Amino acid sequence: MGKVFRFNKDVDTDQIIASQYLLFPTVEEMKVHTFESLDADFASKVKPGDFVVADSNFGCGSSREQAPAVLKALGVRAVLAPSFARIFYRNAINIGLPAIVCEGLYEAVKTGDEISLDLEKGTVALGDKVFPCTKLPLHLQKILDQGGLIPSLDEMA
Amino acid sequence: MGSTLIEKIFAHNIGADSVKAGDIITVNVDRVMIHDIFIPFVKDKFEEMGFQKIWDPDRTVLIYDHLVPASQLDDPRHHHIGDEFCDKYGVRNVHRSDGICHQLMTEAGYVKPGDVAFGTDSHTVTYGCVGAFSTGIGYTEMASILGTGKLWVRVPETIRVNIKGTLPEGVTSKDVILTIIGDLRADGATYKSLEFTGSTVDAMSVASRMTMSNMTVECGAKCGLFSPDEKTAQYCGLTELDDFLKTLHGDDDAVYARVLNYRAEDFVPVMACPSQVDKIKPVSQVIAEASAMEEGSIVPSVGLIEDGTVRVDQVFIGSCTNGRLEDLEAAAAVLRGRQIAPFVKLIVTPASRKIYREALANGTLDILAGAGAMITTPGCGLCCGRTGGILTDNEVVVATNNRNFLGRMGTSKVNIYLASPVTAARCALAGKIVEG
Repeated sequence: MGKVFRFNKDVDTDQIIASQYLLFPTVEEMKVHTFESLDADFASKVKPGDFVVADSNFGCGSSREQAPAVLKALGVRAVLAPSFARIFYRNAINIGLPAIVCEGLYEAVKTGDEISLDLEKGTVALGDKVFPCTKLPLHLQKILDQGGLIPSLDEMA
Repeated sequence: MGSTLIEKIFAHNIGADSVKAGDIITVNVDRVMIHDIFIPFVKDKFEEMGFQKIWDPDRTVLIYDHLVPASQLDDPRHHHIGDEFCDKYGVRNVHRSDGICHQLMTEAGYVKPGDVAFGTDSHTVTYGCVGAFSTGIGYTEMASILGTGKLWVRVPETIRVNIKGTLPEGVTSKDVILTIIGDLRADGATYKSLEFTGSTVDAMSVASRMTMSNMTVECGAKCGLFSPDEKTAQYCGLTELDDFLKTLHGDDDAVYARVLNYRAEDFVPVMACPSQVDKIKPVSQVIAEASAMEEGSIVPSVGLIEDGTVRVDQVFIGSCTNGRLEDLEAAAAVLRGRQIAPFVKLIVTPASRKIYREALANGTLDILAGAGAMITTPGCGLCCGRTGGILTDNEVVVATNNRNFLGRMGTSKVNIYLASPVTAARCALAGKIVEG
């Protein structure tokens, strides 16, 4: 179980982590500024195992891999949205952050709700309600299971 | 059954008779571009992956543009890391102050029609203007291409955009692409290829097409393609299009996810209003809405209402979207022999050194400077909110770049309106949002 932090549609990568922080040498130094323009306290409130739930087109905008990286560094278990921008989606899988396509969840939850995610079954539970989410293709699931692209390359080698 | 333009590029790349939307293929990468913001991260990942050498250093291009000239204490570190990386791995295609990466990749001849290219920046889609596939990726994937020369991609479905006729006076390709983004919305082309056809785009310069390809990522597209023609060949330094390049157009009997048809005569000057890139309104509507608001009030996501419209504090003409010679000339045509409003800061940033020198030689920069513009060195400049021109709460900027995201050019209460160079110059002159 984890708490939901709910965001609207078209959340862009500048809103996830603004340009001025991209030059910090490490993701650890950047992560306290996550979602700063939308919720200045997000980084202090979010706990490992919590979820980001958003409306469509999450992560649109720049190619910055730091956007999924700061979420992962803060311990976000998964991002759930009806759709994702393509670069964010690829980056998220490559660094081992589940980006899960899920219809209807955004409308049903509010910030602070507790949900649980079953990646193998492809379901999200909110109290008694269960929402189906799109299962990842096998090869992407494998990358995720191994913690991202680099660990999965090591595994192959 | 025929093929779309992107299906033809990918089939040729992997040596297949044909590929179809939905296929997952591994492409052979013709060119990669890395810019200064991400080079330290690419280097770390490349070495973490254990690669000893770059698959083909001559297919690799490193460009310093976001952090040139350096404005923060930590910026030079990126350039030092980049220089060391190039020395160590034999990368010779390095540009340290020649202009914006997306301008240089075609201008300096790195990307040709039919190529497959990737870059560590989302506006890598720009090279679709010459009929190349190009798209943005993260630094981890870039590191893996540097080691292998390959990347897997899913062949995208195509939305065909057909535009016929002649654009009205004062309407540019920027107004066209903003209007299309407004119709498709910010996620309307996610994972898809946009293919532009019709007599209007045939008549456009490569520079005007570049503006459109550049912004296709703002509606989620994976690429935004134009068929190469004689203008493309000339721009790319090809004597003629070879037999393969002559086939690079979408077939009428190909499968399209959607076809949009436009009449060029219907386009009007538009703006993307604060702070969504798909919040597109005709300039006349922006003014009409402001005139119904209380005079002298500061309206969130609009600005200060003055003289029945929106007061403009700053104007930015530049970026990989609209920093080319024809853009600077269009602004100069508006500003020739006149003075901008005394309180407006007008910042003009040519997209490359080549453009800077051309505009210097033909007098365009003199006209702009004479009208009150600050001419800056080529580079990303204000577009990514890192160099001169940062704004503060409630200020309004009319800008020719591609994004008006919250907080991109200063505080999260800055109001960014995206427009064509013609509209931007008119607003600089008046000190408020005006149409003509």
